[in-house]
Amino acid sequence: MAAYRYDYDVIAQWIAHGEKVLDLGCGDGGLLRHLIETRQVRGYGVENDPEKILACVKNGINVIQADMNRGLTGFDDDFFDHVIMSLSLQAMHNTQGILAEMLRVGHEAVVSFPNFGYWQHRQSILNGRMPVSKSLPYQWFDTPNVRFFTINDFEALCAQTGIAIHKRLAFDEGKVIVDEPNFLASVAVYRLGRS
Amino acid sequence: MLEPPAACQSVGVVEPQTARFDEALPLRSGSHLDSFELVFETYGKLNAQRSNAVLVCHALSGSHHVAGRYAGEDENSGWWDNLIGPGKPLDTNKFFVIGVNNLGGCHGSTGPRSTNPATGQPWGADFPFVTVEDWVDAQARLADKLGIECLAAVIGGSLGGMQALSWALQYPNRIRHAAVIASAPKLSAQNIAFNEVARRAILTDPDFHGGHFYAHGALPERGLRLARMLGHITYLSDDAMGEKFGRNLRHGKAVYSYDPEFEIESYLRYQGDKFSRQFDANTYLLTTKALDYYDPAFEYDDDLTAALAAARANFLVVAFSTDWRFSPERSREIVYALAHNGRNVTYAEIDSAAGHDSFLLDDPQYHAILSAWFGRIEV
Repeated sequence: MAAYRYDYDVIAQWIAHGEKVLDLGCGDGGLLRHLIETRQVRGYGVENDPEKILACVKNGINVIQADMNRGLTGFDDDFFDHVIMSLSLQAMHNTQGILAEMLRVGHEAVVSFPNFGYWQHRQSILNGRMPVSKSLPYQWFDTPNVRFFTINDFEALCAQTGIAIHKRLAFDEGKVIVDEPNFLASVAVYRLGRS
Repeated sequence: MLEPPAACQSVGVVEPQTARFDEALPLRSGSHLDSFELVFETYGKLNAQRSNAVLVCHALSGSHHVAGRYAGEDENSGWWDNLIGPGKPLDTNKFFVIGVNNLGGCHGSTGPRSTNPATGQPWGADFPFVTVEDWVDAQARLADKLGIECLAAVIGGSLGGMQALSWALQYPNRIRHAAVIASAPKLSAQNIAFNEVARRAILTDPDFHGGHFYAHGALPERGLRLARMLGHITYLSDDAMGEKFGRNLRHGKAVYSYDPEFEIESYLRYQGDKFSRQFDANTYLLTTKALDYYDPAFEYDDDLTAALAAARANFLVVAFSTDWRFSPERSREIVYALAHNGRNVTYAEIDSAAGHDSFLLDDPQYHAILSAWFGRIEV
């Protein structure tokens, strides 16, 4: 996911110095390493892939092996300042459950995901094929993604489940998209709270 | 001639040493020992800054003989030999590794077999109860004697993991890292129940003589054998046992006998027999009680997060998927309590079929994690 390092910078802007941060689906710990270096956070990652766990240990990142689909039951309410899920929400079965858990254990949640409504994806569907792009780099038969949704879908879910959208930034290839993000943005990053 | 590859050598031939302590050691039971001895082994070299020492704590049946082998013995290599040595995860080219037999043990440290100075007879059942905390106090005295102010790490599996955790609570400034493997913050009722059955087997053996069997020239082998057989069942997973022994019959068919017919029966009897000849019954009783009593949260109204607030070390916690004696759930309790104290902690749950015994095996993921974790420790 190195191609999307720009979402690290966006996320870092929303994190204050010295915060307690939880990164769900933390991979090799790259984002946490970035936040430790730029924001001196006290960070923990959650991951369930043995190779990524090993990579985190090699990188000196606190990582807790757990299956996020089973919730974050070990963590106390409101323990973290921010709970982050970077480009992983689309790979979670229990979408509503994990969003609720993020806002239970964290004061705010930061979520980024690939926008299925991106024009190139729509074009691909119109041409009769599932999209394969920088933000959705997998073939339909080997993708880890299980939920395909657009920016508008996500915002509708937030409205329906009482999640407050504090901030949204949308991007195409690292460029901020202000107009028509549901059509023109490949990735969206949200700052969410309890309403 | 080419040098053998640097990776994964044995520490080679090792020799135990004995340290004597003449300052009284107060014990959690309210009793004390006026003096005591600890037998220990070391591997690798203590560096000039004395900053590379790693203490390895043993579990119920372990000892100070953690790695290497004794001169003239090709068998009987140390119980964690696959972990410790030049190029191994706990690399003796970098670390000075210490294995110590715990107080109350039966491998040379002061214990029930030792002479009670008050009577001139073996302590037997009169040896005072010792706890995990007492063991750690005694280990700290050994560190003093070796001139080690601060340990780079303490590592242990099972009951040894409890000691590593306790080190971080009792001596937060004397331990930089703690590896707590296949362990728990306290035993469950089921776990205590298994220990109690094992103890009853020993205590009701007519050869136990109230713990003073040495004076009677007797050994409560039957009791120890049953205790060990029961233990072995709980150290393996159902799957591992099924895979290893299944329903295999020694004679290929039922012969209608109470002699061992199924392979699992032979295995348990072999393990029980071997253990009952080597291990001390009083040590077994003491050690299972130390396991049962360990509960750092007890004085904190069962609040483990509060109990672990004193810890300063960086932690690695490892559990194994099929370990039902010390299940992953129990390790997670330690992990979350440490995280809620803002401590550095990493938790790996290793997919392994071998049950509790997994912590002694060299599963590639498990050893890769340990190797990476030890590799980052600065000395």
